[in-house]
Amino acid sequence: MPETHETDAVIVGAGPCGLFAIFELGLLGLRSHIVDILDRPGGQVTELYPDKPIYDIPAIVQINGDELIEQLVAQCKPFDPQYHFNQMVQTLKRRDDGRFEMTTDDDLTLIAPVVVVAAGGGVFQPKRAPIPGVEDFEGKSVYYSVRNKETFRDRDIVIVGGGDSALDWTLALEPVAKSVKLLHRRPGFRAAPDSVAKMKGLDEAGKIEFRIGTVSSLNGNDGQLESIDVELKESGETIHYPCDGLLAFFGLTMKLGPIAEWGLRLHEERIPVDTERFETSEPGIFAVGDIVHYPGKLKLILSGFHEAALMAHAAYSVVHPEERLIHQHSSSSSALQQRLGVI
Amino acid sequence: MAKITFVLADGTRHEVAAKVGATVMRTAIDNAIAGIEAECGGECACATCHVYIDPEWTAATGKPSEMEEDMLDFAYDARATSRLSCQIAVTEEMHGLIVHVPERQA
Repeated sequence: MPETHETDAVIVGAGPCGLFAIFELGLLGLRSHIVDILDRPGGQVTELYPDKPIYDIPAIVQINGDELIEQLVAQCKPFDPQYHFNQMVQTLKRRDDGRFEMTTDDDLTLIAPVVVVAAGGGVFQPKRAPIPGVEDFEGKSVYYSVRNKETFRDRDIVIVGGGDSALDWTLALEPVAKSVKLLHRRPGFRAAPDSVAKMKGLDEAGKIEFRIGTVSSLNGNDGQLESIDVELKESGETIHYPCDGLLAFFGLTMKLGPIAEWGLRLHEERIPVDTERFETSEPGIFAVGDIVHYPGKLKLILSGFHEAALMAHAAYSVVHPEERLIHQHSSSSSALQQRLGVI
Repeated sequence: MAKITFVLADGTRHEVAAKVGATVMRTAIDNAIAGIEAECGGECACATCHVYIDPEWTAATGKPSEMEEDMLDFAYDARATSRLSCQIAVTEEMHGLIVHVPERQA
């Protein structure tokens, strides 16, 4: 269902730096909408190290990745940010009125005078299955994500992977598909033990088939799978499974993606910015966090926090070009405290 | 010091001196061995320092931990002799170690 929103700033990426950008913009009375491909905030922190301790956030001796994200979400909550998950910004163009218009792959249009690219290492994309010839079937009968379960109704499908995605979809698609086979290269799983137990229950009941092995060949025509060959780990023998769809869950990787098409000057897949405003080569488009490039840049969360603060002040001058911003401190300014909702 | 031989996918052999205590990955990077990327810098958070240990050396290098196995799920063409080279610390006993570099990383 197409949606359009107008706001002060659109933030691309809801990792720690994008989240803190909401806060810094919010302190100055600027509203944000924020877009992320993942289904929740946190970016690289949530995706790569949610339960690992972080020791270098100023004033915090130790904090786990997901606790840090929880705190950042809470910190910017007073500014009522609008989150748009499970989608990525694809097109960006400048309108006649000078504002930017962005569309996402979920039919969302966002219009704002300021864009903040907080894309980290790039947009998370599924990793290609390491099976020879898989490219020929992608988009037709090899899938890396499930948008609609109905796509798989009454089909003979094979799911490959050992993490939560593979297990969750095995359980969710078993009632929908004609047959489900789950393949993993080893007996140990990365997925939640409860999901693994449920899957094994389905296997024992004959409702799905779980085998330990790897796909050695995809067979079919014109992108349509007809069967796969699987090398079983224990016996080394190769078996042949007829099927018409393969779902591959081999984790995520980060890619620059559509950002490369927005006309921004780039330096080796990162976005050069000035260190006064953190503005890119396009006036009104700013960037913070791991995605930026400048002399001395360190890929640290604390650096992204600083970058967000300076960016917000510059963004204010874009949204309110006629006004002069008087710098205030959160501990003494009633205006800021009112915005925060603490008085 | 221990001698390690990296065998590339095309058969080229590179014999290098490794510091005892350094990881096989760090040794490869320091010696500019092509084909080992180590995107996460040795944190066991990716699968791009993936190597195959020569069968004669699997006993000396040992088996992957559970955490390493989790990441090996993402390696390109994972095999029984697969290891993440950032998880192997060089010891004196590994003098003469032979490591095969895969034709590509994930």
